[in-house]
Amino acid sequence: MRRSLAATSPSAASRRAGVQRIRRGRVDHPAAPYLLIAPAFVVYGLFMLYPLGKAVHLSLFEWDGMSLGVFVGAGNYADLAADGALRASFVHAGVLMIFYCVLPLVIGVVIAAVLSRARVRGLGFFRTVFFVPQVIAMVVVATAWSGIYAFNGPLNAALRGVGLDRLAQDWLGSYVFALPAIGLIGTWVQIGLVTVLMLSGMAKINPELFEAARLDGAGAIREFFAVTWPSVTGETAVALTLTIVAALKTFDLVYMTTSGGPGTSTTVPSYQVYYQAFRLHEVGMAAAIGVTLTALIFLINLVVNRAADRAAA
Amino acid sequence: MTPTPAPIVSPAADGAGRRHRRHRSSRFTWSPRRVSTLHASRGRHVPAALVACAAAAALGVAGCAPGGGQADAEGERTAAPDAASSDIAVASGGEAVTNGAAMGEVELILWDQEVREGQASQFTTLVTEFEEAYPNISITRVEQSFEDLSTTLALALTDPNPPDIVQANNARNDMGAFVGAGQLLPLDSYAATYGWTERYPDTVLKNSRYSPDGAVFGDGSLYGLPQVGEVVGVFYNKAKLSSLGVDVPATWDEFTAALDAAKAAGETPLMLGDVEGWPAVHVLGPIQGALVPPDEATALGMGNPGADWTTPENVAAAEQLAEWATGGYFNEGFLGGDYDAVVEEFASGTGVFLMAGSWVGAVIDEAMGDGAGFFAPPPVTEGAPKATTGGTSLPFSITSGSAHPDAAALFIDFITNDHAMEVLAETGNLPILRTAELAPAQGVWADVYAAFQDVSDNGYLLPYLDWATPTFGDEVLKPGLQDLMAGQTTPAEFCAALQADYAAFTSGD
Repeated sequence: MRRSLAATSPSAASRRAGVQRIRRGRVDHPAAPYLLIAPAFVVYGLFMLYPLGKAVHLSLFEWDGMSLGVFVGAGNYADLAADGALRASFVHAGVLMIFYCVLPLVIGVVIAAVLSRARVRGLGFFRTVFFVPQVIAMVVVATAWSGIYAFNGPLNAALRGVGLDRLAQDWLGSYVFALPAIGLIGTWVQIGLVTVLMLSGMAKINPELFEAARLDGAGAIREFFAVTWPSVTGETAVALTLTIVAALKTFDLVYMTTSGGPGTSTTVPSYQVYYQAFRLHEVGMAAAIGVTLTALIFLINLVVNRAADRAAA
Repeated sequence: MTPTPAPIVSPAADGAGRRHRRHRSSRFTWSPRRVSTLHASRGRHVPAALVACAAAAALGVAGCAPGGGQADAEGERTAAPDAASSDIAVASGGEAVTNGAAMGEVELILWDQEVREGQASQFTTLVTEFEEAYPNISITRVEQSFEDLSTTLALALTDPNPPDIVQANNARNDMGAFVGAGQLLPLDSYAATYGWTERYPDTVLKNSRYSPDGAVFGDGSLYGLPQVGEVVGVFYNKAKLSSLGVDVPATWDEFTAALDAAKAAGETPLMLGDVEGWPAVHVLGPIQGALVPPDEATALGMGNPGADWTTPENVAAAEQLAEWATGGYFNEGFLGGDYDAVVEEFASGTGVFLMAGSWVGAVIDEAMGDGAGFFAPPPVTEGAPKATTGGTSLPFSITSGSAHPDAAALFIDFITNDHAMEVLAETGNLPILRTAELAPAQGVWADVYAAFQDVSDNGYLLPYLDWATPTFGDEVLKPGLQDLMAGQTTPAEFCAALQADYAAFTSGD
């Protein structure tokens, strides 16, 4: 802002020199960078780092939330590893990742490629339509989809309507289909995010690249793999990061649709955090699950972003 | 850090004092005084404790346990209970003051969850009437939903100035933990003064009885009085039943025969929506009531030792449920069905029977009126006493930290007396006393009132099965019932899993 003002004013040169002198003078002071980030860092530290450290600390205790905690070291983590039900919840989160990340990425890229290539009129409208699921509160999404999946709901009605009575299911009550059914809600929600990210990425591609590809005789598909896809590596990394985080921290969707059932076939780690802390008063165990989940999200995203960096380089 | 009593270290501080993971009874052994001093110490010691905790966390040392800082404060507060005891005349064996007008200016703080339609109107009415009758006593209500109250009550009770009257859920995790922590006042002397033990049948009062350490449930001192009754039974569609040519069943065999007749006629015999897991608990409960000896079902439900989930009767109850589920007696898609939606479906004429609690009576009454009926699960032998899951709304308890226990007891007496029961009935609630007498002349409510009175006077109200242990309902029973009904597990395996949780808890392991 300041620089552009300076650049357009008549005495731009002299003023810029002044600004730079002042800036340099401040930057040269060894404490300056730290002072500059201090306000943000204090907030970040207070509301992110301290709670995270506290969670790690709590995860080393057996604590009911009220009386004196008992130090158990890595005991909660050992219990977590040994508990089949808790491990299963992490496996379910892994399955959800396919529906939250892989499917939306594939579908979103295709939609974005089609929309940007076809130079559709009213692109803004479509962008909004695809993005709407992201804006709707998850509780509302879950309630609406519960209705769609209901045994006498629209999905089964549609299947019966076209003669596919055999495929009509008790979707949310099925040991086979409940988890994929929840996953598909996630797919529906995440497609919009991926599409919008990809659209913005594709808009930045130099049109000359497409022209060159076309001159070399590339068709739409070849063009996509040679030009479009490699150009949106950064956006892909961002999309994957966001959707992986969303997949692994899924809570509201499960809480509202199946409560982890039927049996324990749709339990997820975030649900276990809530359950252990607020229902069983196992604060230490809840913290251990939360810390494990955080570490897992961090690791997966580290791998994704490393891979994206390498691909971009 | 301001010296407020807010527990900064505990996002989930809730009543149950569980020190050990899963099934260990030592959670009931912690000293009440320790807990009540927790917050007194907070304000003064927190900054130092925080610094120490942070340092300890940074260094990875075990020295700074969460919830710490209370031990050193224990001495400071030992005098507090004695100081307050002059007011608690009754608790220390003295004569209770029952003359409200002689109590002086008193403000009672009341934490309740009487916020839903019928509950809200009866309670507002009674509070207003009480304040008119005793102008020197004012009631300040803190109203919240059941869920909110459950999660915040523990914090309120550990406050140095707790509310005077609270609604505490009967379960071990709630009332049991509060009793064990010494946060609730035993009401036995008040019960004697006001004649509450004559007013209420034992089968109702036992749901609010605990031993002083909170270990035994269903026996010991009285810790609360409820206003509203609940009974789980069978709703039925009168028109469909008569078109099947079947009478209201008087024995369990007649009931199963009626289900067969409905199935043969192409009707859906039983309606259920179990996506949330708990509705099936209210199907197993009545089956158990009919097939299992009541004292055994009571011990199992209250998590007291001496019973066994793997007895032939319990396995037979599980078999009955599995047979219905896998044999097509329930509506299609019941496992993923929404409870409220299925109740609505029944109310609009789908299915012959619906096993559910009296609380859905309002919905059914509105839609079907006299077209629906209700009965408690029929016993195996005709005329034998009926037993079924049931009980009470959340009881009203007095906190041990209350400065005005006499006024609080007067209020609890007021909202549970004969007149209060009339107000309850007028506002569409199921009064826990004088039920049959206050019953409406017709409609499904008439049946519900009669069934409740019959079971509470002549039969057995069995505890909710998920009261048994802290993990029982959510970890074992609800997923277990879904597995059983889906044919994923056998009745024997189902019962063995329940027994494992129950035995681990009762043996204090």
